[in-house]
Amino acid sequence: MLDDFFIRALIAGVGLAITVGPLGCFVVWRRMAYFGDTMAHSALLGVALSLLLDLNLMVSVFIVAAMVSLLLLALQKRGGLSTDALLGILSHSSLSIGLVIVAFMTWVRIDLVGFLFGDILAVSEADIDIVWGGGILVLMALVMLWRPLLAATVNPEIAEAEGLHPERSRLFFMLLMALVIAIAMKIVGILLITSLLIIPAATARRFSASPEIMAVFASLIGAVAVVGGLFGSLHFDTPSGPSIVVAAVVIFVLSLLPIGRRGRDGTPFSPPGGHH
Amino acid sequence: MSETDAHSHTAPAVSRTGAPVRAASDALVTLREVGIRRSGRWLVRGVDFSVSRGEIVTLIGPNGSGKSTTAKTAIGVMKPDEGRVEKIGGLKVGYVPQKLSIDWTLPLTVERLMTLTGPLKSAEIAEALASTGILHLARAEVQHLSGGEFQRALLARAIARRPDLLVLDEPVQGVDFSGEIALYDLIKTIRNRTGCGILLISHDLHVVMAETDTVICLNGHVCCRGTPEAVSQSPEYQRLFGVKAAQTLAVYNHDHDHTHLPDGRVLHADGSLTDHCHPEDGHHRDGHPPDDTAVPDHVHDESCGCGHSQIRLKRLEPGKRDRA
Repeated sequence: MLDDFFIRALIAGVGLAITVGPLGCFVVWRRMAYFGDTMAHSALLGVALSLLLDLNLMVSVFIVAAMVSLLLLALQKRGGLSTDALLGILSHSSLSIGLVIVAFMTWVRIDLVGFLFGDILAVSEADIDIVWGGGILVLMALVMLWRPLLAATVNPEIAEAEGLHPERSRLFFMLLMALVIAIAMKIVGILLITSLLIIPAATARRFSASPEIMAVFASLIGAVAVVGGLFGSLHFDTPSGPSIVVAAVVIFVLSLLPIGRRGRDGTPFSPPGGHH
Repeated sequence: MSETDAHSHTAPAVSRTGAPVRAASDALVTLREVGIRRSGRWLVRGVDFSVSRGEIVTLIGPNGSGKSTTAKTAIGVMKPDEGRVEKIGGLKVGYVPQKLSIDWTLPLTVERLMTLTGPLKSAEIAEALASTGILHLARAEVQHLSGGEFQRALLARAIARRPDLLVLDEPVQGVDFSGEIALYDLIKTIRNRTGCGILLISHDLHVVMAETDTVICLNGHVCCRGTPEAVSQSPEYQRLFGVKAAQTLAVYNHDHDHTHLPDGRVLHADGSLTDHCHPEDGHHRDGHPPDDTAVPDHVHDESCGCGHSQIRLKRLEPGKRDRA
């Protein structure tokens, strides 16, 4: 018989995996892995500010992540440093500022490891409500945003020329990312959020014939990774967050094995077509 | 320099004129004295033209002359830093950009690409793919297409949505010569059937689609404009390219007497450098001393471009072009 806390962890983890699957696909398609990392790292600054200013934790994390992404947009517009360098600066400065603020607040004791690596076994029923409620909100927004966001991903200029406002979809996408990070922080932790976004999406690529199918597969693969990782952590007595990521990596590696390749052109890791 | 200072035309087929071929009320999009500035440098300036319903306008010019910039400004992808762009309300644009790379991680079939920016009926998709000759590739992933096939897929996508204005940035790049003729034929058919306006950027400095109503040569500004018709009718040209090609392509023959350098300065034919591009500065050919090696057969149009461009429209001599 499974303990209640384990059941709650399963429900919350599966809900999160389903939510981040499609979003993770966009992160992969748009080559925004480092951007996701940066937003996740900024979450620690959000944690620190929530303690300092006595704000709701999730709201604070969401606001800081959203601010960091807007700051990135502004810095990109200004030109000069490459996006890569800007992300490196934002990522580590927000993480460090967060850690320094926490260190200053000698009156609070926080479980830093819990924030960095998640504490899925400690999720409450309220957390489950937030994960599933927030998840449904994110997925609904993504469905509504799907066509313009996909068009902007393929080519922002076509999207702009044909009236789909790529800048607006990009902004909405960043807000959705911030929301997902706020939701996911407690479950897999700041340092591992990006892996849950990217690994299932990367695994799904090989089996998908369309963007929509890839989004669904990424959700399913993420859910399998969460279940596998949690049972693994129970069985081997390993930390739950990292165990979920390890399970996702195992599925990814298995997907690389040359069995049941799709279609005549299904070579999964051939280099991208040479003509672009 | 200004639009109004001269209107003498010596070459009938190529004229620098501010007067559009069609009434302004037909114009789908009109650029008025448009300038785009990036990093302290004008990419294009003083660009002035319109595209009307049923009209084919072709932009030509050397690399970096602002062709793509101009096309992007016309459809709102770039915002002008000076001047303005007027569009009719609810203008439906179909756009084929010059460069498009689709990340390998995005599974996208040709069929799915068709509905990228709006829903289409499957019959409409099939028709567009058939007209560009790639119906058999409907289920292929775009990353596996050859350059020419991908270009056809992009064109099919742009026409499938039945736009009012079709903007094609080097639509035949990577397509072989006979494919190029076929695609130009298709573009003509689309124009004739749907009456849409077409803004085309030619990848070749000298060869344009014969159906082009107006050729606009850019070199950071509008150097000259005219119709390519006369040339494509010449027997020499038809002998060189064949009758079928001659019905499709035309040579637009002209010379520039100066080059815009990357730093924004202008290198003139006499080897001198200036910061700006003015006809009165004595560096242009009309101000050259008699020992200048200007080609004798050129027809100089004083009202062309910013007033300093030399335009020659001469009968094509076989072997003159190395294209075929």
